[in-house]
Amino acid sequence: MVAVLVFLLLRLTPGDPAAIMAGDAASTEQIERIRAGLGLDKPIVVQFGIWLGKVLSGDLGESFYFRIKVTTLIAQRLEPTFALAALTILMAVMVSIPLGVLAAWRYGGWFDRALMGFSVLGFSIPVFVLAYLLIWLVSLKLGWLPVQGYHRLADGVLPFIEHLILPATTLSVIYIALIARVTRASVLEALGEDYIRTARAKGLPEARVLIRHALANAAVPIATVIGIGIAILIGGVVVTESVYAIPGLGRLTVDAVLARDFPTIQGVILFFSLITVAINLLIDLSYVFLDPRIRY
Amino acid sequence: MWHNWSVRIGGGALIVLVAIALAAPWLGTVDPTLFDAASRDLRPGETGEISTLEGDQLKHRFLMGSDSFGRDIYSRVLYGTRVSLIVGLAAALVALTFGVLCGLSAGYLRWLDGPLMRVMDGIMAIPAILIAIAVVALWRASLPSVVIAIAIPEIPRVTRLVRSLVLTIREEPYVEAAIALGTPTAKIMFGHILPNTMAPLLVQGTYICAFAILLEAILSFLGVGLPPEIPTWGNIMAEGRVQFVAYPHNVFFPGVFLAVTVLAVNMFGDGLRDTLDPKMAKRL
Repeated sequence: MVAVLVFLLLRLTPGDPAAIMAGDAASTEQIERIRAGLGLDKPIVVQFGIWLGKVLSGDLGESFYFRIKVTTLIAQRLEPTFALAALTILMAVMVSIPLGVLAAWRYGGWFDRALMGFSVLGFSIPVFVLAYLLIWLVSLKLGWLPVQGYHRLADGVLPFIEHLILPATTLSVIYIALIARVTRASVLEALGEDYIRTARAKGLPEARVLIRHALANAAVPIATVIGIGIAILIGGVVVTESVYAIPGLGRLTVDAVLARDFPTIQGVILFFSLITVAINLLIDLSYVFLDPRIRY
Repeated sequence: MWHNWSVRIGGGALIVLVAIALAAPWLGTVDPTLFDAASRDLRPGETGEISTLEGDQLKHRFLMGSDSFGRDIYSRVLYGTRVSLIVGLAAALVALTFGVLCGLSAGYLRWLDGPLMRVMDGIMAIPAILIAIAVVALWRASLPSVVIAIAIPEIPRVTRLVRSLVLTIREEPYVEAAIALGTPTAKIMFGHILPNTMAPLLVQGTYICAFAILLEAILSFLGVGLPPEIPTWGNIMAEGRVQFVAYPHNVFFPGVFLAVTVLAVNMFGDGLRDTLDPKMAKRL
């Protein structure tokens, strides 16, 4: 279904890739020749069949602009994006879940209200504005971290981490806002249950009640929202990589769009969509471990 | 509704922003497209000269400094308010219109439910920003195409909301009564069911509006949005990012406006949700 949509999205929009490739000065015959070369003169269903067949055998075509296979291109750009996304999720989960639990524990208190205020702010502040704010403060004023760029993991762990801290922090803010909010809401719901009263009546330490009893029962919605956040994360990656000059998939997307490189745009969008679907599927499957009542 | 503090603060800020957008020409601005090579990269508050289209030299105080073409950031930011508010409102309207049509059909006409919802699931699997980028990349970037590009990824969310509401409303006694009286299906859908979905739709509309303003700025910032000569917050920042280290004000001022606007719309939406839909408020 996603494949059909990605294909249609790029084929049904008015705007003829052949005419764009040929340039403004091209004659009708030249355009026709390019169109035939790209297979665009065949009926749409046949075109789709050919394209889908290739995609299923792992061939996303060749980039108009970079002149190499789109799959190779994606593989080259995968490391920075993967590192950035992984660090972001790690940071976000480690920060937001304790915050959410604390806010639910002291529901209505100053900490709770501060966190909710932060979360509305986190949703509202644009990723790139935050990025520049952090660059200005941390890199330019304080001089703690490098401004931009990316270092491969193979070139040393320290510069690799140094270059990723700011982008990952930038990206994790909206994620923290999202997860903390849901954690708070679902822990709050769990805290109202009878088994919490029982646990407290047994004289269990409060930390154990919160983590073992309340948080464990709130795990499913938290996992779900982490999955929902993946799509937001990918959107953020596109922007963050542009601001911090990280040569990842997000930058590739923007470059491909600016160069009107259709096979690459198609390939990257398909790849990102597959990742989104795959991660959400994994999260669905993880419910079995998080909540033993769920069986597939 | 006005007793809610979120509505008051968010609504108040929005009224100010709308006023700024409408009154932009009378707030000490110059034409946002004017530039002057002699007044390039001025710091905020410095005075410089700007030449009008007629060739006159005007003395002008650059409240927010100027960019690398010598254009007045203050004027550009104020005029940018117009673009952002129009895009936000228009995208919300487009997404709501199509979402309501699809949601009503899927919820009320059983045979359409399956196919339509699978298409919507498909759209939802693609991250919103990528759909928007792809659509603008293929169409020539203009106000309508940017609005549509931003609205498309929001349509499935509205559709799902409307469908879920319709599925409960269709079982209500008054709908049954209308069917029994032989009311035409279209009239039941638009006359009996639609009015009962309005409150959650209004709330959803404000969130779409906030998201649209944000996405428009992102598209412009990445260089794939509205053409660079149109003063939008994203375009001002895209132009200023190159020399961000030396002149942070180019990015700073539009960024503040953008963040405040989105925050105001989001707060307004939260407040609306709390007053119109207390059940939903408890869940989040």
